[in-house]
Amino acid sequence: MKIPITVNGRTVEAEPGEMLLAPIRRAGYSVPTLCYGEGMTPTGACRLCVVEIEGRSGLATSCATPAEAGMEVLTHSPRAVEARRTIVELLLARHPDDCLYCARHGFCRLQDLAEDLGIRRRRFPADPLPTRLDISSPAIARDPAKCILCGKCVRVCEEIQGVAAIDFSGRGSETRIAAAFDEGMNISSCVYCGQCVRACPTGALAEQDSTGRVLEALQDPELTVVVQHAPSISVTLGEEFGLPAGKDVDGLLAAALRRLGFDRVFDTSFSADLTIMEESSELVRRLETGGPLPLLTSCSPGWIKFVEEFHPRFIPHLSTCKSPQQMLGAVIKTHFAKLAGIVPGKIFSVAIMPCTAKKFEAARPEMAREGLPDIDAVLTTREIARMIRMGGIDLARLEPEESDPPFGERTTAGKIFGAGGGVMEAALRNAHYLLTGSPPERLELKEIRGPAGIKEAEVEIAGRKLRVAAVSGTGNARRVLEEMEAGLRELDFIEVMTCPGGCVNGGGQPYTADPETIRKRVRALYRLDRSGERRVSRENRSIQRLYREFLGEPLSEKSHRLLHTAYSPRDVTK
Amino acid sequence: MKVKTGPEKIIPILAAYPEAGRDSLIPLLQDVQEAEGYLSREAVVAVGRHLGLPAGKVYGVATFYNQFRFSPRGRYHIQVCRGTACHVRGSGTLLGRLERELKIAAGETGRDGLFSLEVVSCIGACGLAPVISVNGEYHGHLTGDDIPALLEDYRNRETDEDD
Ligand code: SF4
Ligand code: SF4
Ligand code: SF4
Ligand code: FES
Repeated sequence: MKIPITVNGRTVEAEPGEMLLAPIRRAGYSVPTLCYGEGMTPTGACRLCVVEIEGRSGLATSCATPAEAGMEVLTHSPRAVEARRTIVELLLARHPDDCLYCARHGFCRLQDLAEDLGIRRRRFPADPLPTRLDISSPAIARDPAKCILCGKCVRVCEEIQGVAAIDFSGRGSETRIAAAFDEGMNISSCVYCGQCVRACPTGALAEQDSTGRVLEALQDPELTVVVQHAPSISVTLGEEFGLPAGKDVDGLLAAALRRLGFDRVFDTSFSADLTIMEESSELVRRLETGGPLPLLTSCSPGWIKFVEEFHPRFIPHLSTCKSPQQMLGAVIKTHFAKLAGIVPGKIFSVAIMPCTAKKFEAARPEMAREGLPDIDAVLTTREIARMIRMGGIDLARLEPEESDPPFGERTTAGKIFGAGGGVMEAALRNAHYLLTGSPPERLELKEIRGPAGIKEAEVEIAGRKLRVAAVSGTGNARRVLEEMEAGLRELDFIEVMTCPGGCVNGGGQPYTADPETIRKRVRALYRLDRSGERRVSRENRSIQRLYREFLGEPLSEKSHRLLHTAYSPRDVTK
Repeated sequence: MKVKTGPEKIIPILAAYPEAGRDSLIPLLQDVQEAEGYLSREAVVAVGRHLGLPAGKVYGVATFYNQFRFSPRGRYHIQVCRGTACHVRGSGTLLGRLERELKIAAGETGRDGLFSLEVVSCIGACGLAPVISVNGEYHGHLTGDDIPALLEDYRNRETDEDD
């Protein structure tokens, strides 16, 4: 039964149990929020979303007050507006005047609110709290001075990611967000997914900035600086330059990267195809030799750390394949170095990723040979956007260019890696080929597309039924692992993406709180696939060539040395 | 004399809470602190494992309460009373002075392990307000300026005992 209420005199209907915020928005009004987050428990902590309800003396938080029949809500009464202004003024009382130097400058909710509410002076001056920057981890930087204690990071980390690396500590004026023992994030259980960074309304959380190192390398005449861009980047980067969400800027990106001075532009979707060659062969081998099944995908580094920390029993199930980033890194400093006649030590290899955890992955000691890391620096989508702006490059006006051989060609199977479920779909296309000699009749696996966090399907290949699942968000992954342990689920192959929805919603992507933006990014990838000429990884001619000229075949000894890795349990609690 | 830390000591405590859930967190932490004098990292982690809670969560909850300490007590454990009587007679100044002189905050232990500091709600000696207790010895009617001499006195005892 619908619940009728009025918002500023207009009648709208609320669903039973719905908080006021949703019908208010449907009525066409926007009430500012800070601590509210889609899909998270409302806490009513910041009180910014207060509205007046006729007949009630106090103001009510619209994100945490359920709609009741007949409520007459006023969203912008003088009292409500004044209360909001005071809340923001109080938040600003101890806030450092740091905007000019802040990672969030221009994308900060607090800045927006101060502007929207017309705050022009400090009404409640107070000394900033003494705090310490935490730049201990390879991926996430914390500046507690800018924290407004909204708690969104805590809820994302616990409720959605199932990690709970950070929590409120202390109380009263000493309340703070902290990892265990007030230690650095580097020794916490943080999996570096960056979902807290996306949720944070201020600059209290950000990625570790790698732009400086990359700019330096670009200035060094001794170095050949190569760059790769992940499958999802081309459908998200445009947002940073005012283009609509989901606009594919693949060619513009390549052009911009060359203008920034990168010597070679490679496509990580190429090595996504390479990953599929190896991983589908691994799947087939495990199916034929009896395990261990289910095979768990390994391209998402936050998930890898999650398994190593919390579920080490599943380590043998993880695919030994490195991620596309690391595979490409490895062939760049070996095969490409040789082809181009460059000493591997004189190559500086950069990866543009949707992901903060990729910074951690690149720094893993296993991801290096003879003291040379396969990847030298990882930039998030936001960081490369910053560099493009810094370089004075007008992205939208460039002429599209192609990525460079020998690692510039991709199939659309590699491209859909960017959407949750894409890896699975790409792997099954190729596995079908391996098992039957031809691609499946039905290429598209609609059951494992879409925004759900856990998607299951049954596919039949060569008379064998495979139960597969695509899972995103480590919290969901934990659920699936626990259900398997309890015997409630039986699966043969599981794709796991650390971030809910996959890379399109990665911790390093352009800031957005709008789920529709994420859906547009996903649709863009599948659109590319639908119109793709080559849709199965093995049809990538550059991949065929790489095997012919360098690697031999999937799972060959050389592949193993360069493209595969091993994992070990970690104790992060000390 | 070093307090032995580590999970061995708390295993029997955990065992007393079989099948425990989150509601047992506070009583469990109290028991652990009772036994060990403070909450060691190992203990926090072990309690978390026992209850299925991440260490960050256990730490977050524990820091909410003044009663928990995360470092072992010093040889001289100073308790500053913040009961109403002491409060109105200036225990805040005493605490501030102690923190400055010892260069530690309430809940901490100095590097040399000599002094530790704690704030307690009322130690039942309101007649002496403001009052502090050092290993159970009461010192009443103090002012901030009494603090240096008092600390010096305990420091000297330390050297005497060492001699
Ligand atoms: S967090 Fe926002 S308001 Fe604070 S310094 Fe950064 S940009 Fe400015
Ligand atoms: S990066 Fe991910 S795991 Fe780490 S604190 Fe943030 S949300 Fe939690
Ligand atoms: S770090 Fe950011 S998200 Fe977390 S409580 Fe502070 S302001 Fe909110
Ligand atoms: S957004 Fe509603 S209380 Fe914070």
